[in-house]
Amino acid sequence: MTRFTWFNVTALTLGFAFLYIPMIILVIYSFNESRLVTVWAGFSTRWYGELVGDEAFLNAAWVTLRVAFVSSTIATVLGTMAAYVLVRGGKFMGRTLFSGMIYAPLVMPEVITGLSLLLLFISIGLDRGILTIILAHTTFSMCFVSVVVSSRLVSFDRSVEEAALDLGCTPFDAFKSVTLPLIAPAVIAGWLLAFTLSLDDLVIASFTAGPSATTLPIKIFSSVRLGVSPEINALSTILIGIVTVGVITASLVSKRRLVQQQRDEKLADGQGA
Amino acid sequence: MTIGRRALIGIPYLWLLLLFLVPFGIIFKISLSDITLAIPPYTPTLDLSEGWPGIRDFLRQLDFENYVFLTEDALYWKAYLSSLRIALVSTLLALCVGYPIAYGMARAAPEWRPTLMMLVILPFWTSFLIRVYAWIGILSTEGYLNQFLQWIGLIAEPLQIMNTPTAVYVGIVYTYLPFMILPIYATLERMDDSLLEAAEDLGCSRLSAFWIITFPLSRSGIIAGCFLVFIPAIGEFVIPSLLGGSGTLMIGKVLWEEFFSNRDWPVASAVAIILLLILVIPIILFQKTLEKNQEADA
Repeated sequence: MTRFTWFNVTALTLGFAFLYIPMIILVIYSFNESRLVTVWAGFSTRWYGELVGDEAFLNAAWVTLRVAFVSSTIATVLGTMAAYVLVRGGKFMGRTLFSGMIYAPLVMPEVITGLSLLLLFISIGLDRGILTIILAHTTFSMCFVSVVVSSRLVSFDRSVEEAALDLGCTPFDAFKSVTLPLIAPAVIAGWLLAFTLSLDDLVIASFTAGPSATTLPIKIFSSVRLGVSPEINALSTILIGIVTVGVITASLVSKRRLVQQQRDEKLADGQGA
Repeated sequence: MTIGRRALIGIPYLWLLLLFLVPFGIIFKISLSDITLAIPPYTPTLDLSEGWPGIRDFLRQLDFENYVFLTEDALYWKAYLSSLRIALVSTLLALCVGYPIAYGMARAAPEWRPTLMMLVILPFWTSFLIRVYAWIGILSTEGYLNQFLQWIGLIAEPLQIMNTPTAVYVGIVYTYLPFMILPIYATLERMDDSLLEAAEDLGCSRLSAFWIITFPLSRSGIIAGCFLVFIPAIGEFVIPSLLGGSGTLMIGKVLWEEFFSNRDWPVASAVAIILLLILVIPIILFQKTLEKNQEADA
């Protein structure tokens, strides 16, 4: 029921103002000339220049991107397998434990996950560095991928898969040529989610990164602890810009796909009649 | 069982066993150990080369001393209670802020809904750390909020908001708001509107129709949203350490400092185990609601 009442309009306006004003302030003040972040002293792009010249930030960004790419890719494979097992796998030994291990990391405090993984790496004698961050990120983000993919697997018609199997496909072929294309949007969404979670993570990375590897959130955190700084504002603006473009593009693509799908269905109906 | 099926189940299973379950065993074991000046900084360490007597000796050295220590020091009690209180207050605040937004979204014109939805999700994709950081500039003594309030003449002296629990509430509500809005929106959007029309035909006022019909029907969304805010808020580290300062005590921060500053791994592990025990009940309840919602959808 569409109701354009004052209450709804006010709720939405205030709500979105609360969500967006802090970020807008951050973006505006990243163009501030002064080092004193809260005093406006004229327009300048000088902090972007200093950021680009800062070797430590660039290195941290490169480490973060590599970790995010590798961990989200492994997490997508493992998470999709886990989702398939949970939704289509039927009964097997230890199924309850398995689903528990999928859901628990979603709500586990990061300090516990980080501490437990660090203690594991130390007790098996694995040197801390990029590899350990990748292992840690893969572990928690595969659970997010698995939840996203399994919600898609639950919702689609199973008979298509069964038809493929009846027509002589091996289970792997049926998965590859029938199931995978159907769940592809969820798999991509899962990968993006895993990638973002990895880019964003401070706590788990702080525990599992050794002195040899510094990720961008670790670097940001250590400079933010000393107070607000214009370089961080500039960096935040860049990150907010990338995310905004990404999210808007994704929503346009999915909207176009939806329209296309509806058109196809209408066409198919017309031919059937 | 075919080899393919075995590998399909086995690989993710093994991964989670090794990197999720086994580490908890290790935390538990270290929480029973004692701190020493060595690498790694706890004793005893298990040495399998000594065989059975070695294992027996190892087990004899484990004790619950760290847990006794936690119960005796008031700091830890205060930290656990204060985390629970902060998480609870923030969850209720997030519900009060999030429900009207979700309601407004569900009542907006259908062609607007995807855009509104995108606007709620967008902050979630932006860095968590940056969203917390944005509030430092707003809430600090010489920050934008104080400047604004002084400019309009509402206050003469700047308010001390930074480094108080209020700043932590603001931070948690702000960063976790999408988790509250989305499940509530999902239930409100699915609601059968004819129920409301029927209520109004029968002479119900809009407000009482809301309390009798809409609110109870959105219960599953409210419960899911509250769990999604409450559970991670208890163990939160970034928000209390950036916005709460020394004025707020939260268990996530205590654990971090115990580990990184005091280098007391056994006590940090014991803190983690107790935090886990506190979280087990809400986590199990959450999983039950999640399964129930999924069954209702199917």
